[in-house]
Amino acid sequence: MRAMLAVENLSVRFGGLLAIENLSLEVREGEVLSLIGPNGAGKTTAFNAITGYLAPSAGEIFFKDKKLNDLRPHQVAAQGLVRTFQKTSVFGGRSALDNVLIGLELRATQTPLEILLGMPKVAREERELAAEAERILIFVNLKNRKHELAAALPYGEQRLLEVAIALAAKPKLLLLDEPVSGMNPSETASFMAKLAEIRALGITVLLVEHDMKMVMGVSDRVVCLSQGRIIANGTPAEIQRDPEVIRAYLGERHKIARR
Amino acid sequence: MINKILVAAGIAALVSVPLWLDNSYLLHVLVITGIFIIAAMSLNLLLGYAGQLSLGHVAFFGIGAYASALVSLGFSIHITPQWVMTVEKNPVWLAMLAGILAAGACGWFIGRVAFKVRGAYFVIVSISFAEVVRLVALNWVELTQGPMALNNIPPLAFNSFVFLKKPENYWLILTVAVVCYILIRRLVNSRAGRAMVALRENEALAASVGIDVTRYLVLSTVVSAAMAGAAGALYAHYVRIVDPDIFLFVYTVTMVIMVVTGGKGTLAGPVVGGLIFGLLPEGLRAFALPPEAQWIAYGVLMVLVVYFLPQGIVPAFRNLFQSKKIA
Repeated sequence: MRAMLAVENLSVRFGGLLAIENLSLEVREGEVLSLIGPNGAGKTTAFNAITGYLAPSAGEIFFKDKKLNDLRPHQVAAQGLVRTFQKTSVFGGRSALDNVLIGLELRATQTPLEILLGMPKVAREERELAAEAERILIFVNLKNRKHELAAALPYGEQRLLEVAIALAAKPKLLLLDEPVSGMNPSETASFMAKLAEIRALGITVLLVEHDMKMVMGVSDRVVCLSQGRIIANGTPAEIQRDPEVIRAYLGERHKIARR
Repeated sequence: MINKILVAAGIAALVSVPLWLDNSYLLHVLVITGIFIIAAMSLNLLLGYAGQLSLGHVAFFGIGAYASALVSLGFSIHITPQWVMTVEKNPVWLAMLAGILAAGACGWFIGRVAFKVRGAYFVIVSISFAEVVRLVALNWVELTQGPMALNNIPPLAFNSFVFLKKPENYWLILTVAVVCYILIRRLVNSRAGRAMVALRENEALAASVGIDVTRYLVLSTVVSAAMAGAAGALYAHYVRIVDPDIFLFVYTVTMVIMVVTGGKGTLAGPVVGGLIFGLLPEGLRAFALPPEAQWIAYGVLMVLVVYFLPQGIVPAFRNLFQSKKIA
């Protein structure tokens, strides 16, 4: 029996560049696992390979013992693996409510024929979906923004909306790619609180993040990547002491600051 | 409630036109405009909602026209020198259905072929498709009569009732237009419409929440092509002659102008744009302008609309209305 998400000997090659080399990693059900490392270490590449946006050059990816390698992104999402993007990514020309409604795609059962025939079922389902979208907006504290265009929201709220869109797809495993980058400290703090609530819903989280305060605060385990390879794997406390991690990523200053 | 009354009044007004308009030429212009509005509405589904510019949209219109005309006239073609396939004459309503299906099937094909290409590449695929279809219509003389055109196409008829005069054709077109409008409205206010908009706004994000982008792109091309095919079939049995000029690029451009000036991605946009730019040449004639001046005025108005109302007329009016409500 493998862990919830099992990445086995994954390699991704871009031409002559080996972006990820022989990466193996497990995410256990219910935990928050963080992936850290310097820029270009291959964190986002790993995300892209796991979620079907990139074809791995070698290796295998299993989610709940189902192989994901050949699935396309929307099929990966249907398995319960939903990701967010490093660059802020919302449906800018639509309202916040519409954004979440789009995210509810996987929960809708209406077929094109039923839609064209105007079956009552469609209208009923649309009302249910709208109510659900509203509940999700309440969860991320964006209810009073529901009619505003996503592109017009302040940056921090756009990032929350991204998470709301991902949550709408009912993830079992949520992959967050630098969710608090560009947020101010108070926004980050409230995002950390939100992450605890997400976790309480029974959602497992794989996090890529540079904000060490956040990583050390929310993670059960941390994996550090450097130049496409895992250089350390352990609890936050172990990672902070690891000489290899300090040399490659955290820096000496971090060590001194901790004392 | 007020909206419903307005819609009912608007439709009643449109229905009443042939009763008081005693000018069969103007009625003819309205019928042709109506046919183009149906085609523009179908283009809007692809261009406005799914965000894919189909610059070969007239191909679906023409395929609907040719398929419907041929099935109603009957035809025979040599599949091999010995083996001849013959289709007998068919009732026109059946032929129209065949035209819609043929156009829809071509839409499916384009949607499948184009599933990997977006933006400029989709534009090129669609233009090429229209050009290939035009060349086939021009050169497959055995089937299409080539430049000699398909003549004496029968009008639509049910039992003894024949859609021969302008008023009944006007009502027919109006009915089909309303049906198409309702179908498109159902589609865009559903999961499918949201998925199309998601594809337009941010394809990678759409896929990340489980939207099968290809499936919805194919759905929108099929529905859009079938509606354009219906417009083409109506055209064929109204003007009762079809030649390869039906595939001219300028018709696609006319549809695009109607959609863009009216407001792409809005339900009423193609209707408003279609009415304005379909009826404008006639309106200008009323001022007794020479033909060159008519087209210059047409062009100037179009530039003005695009320059001052880049979102189109319908969104501009909606914004005006909403900002007044707030103030």
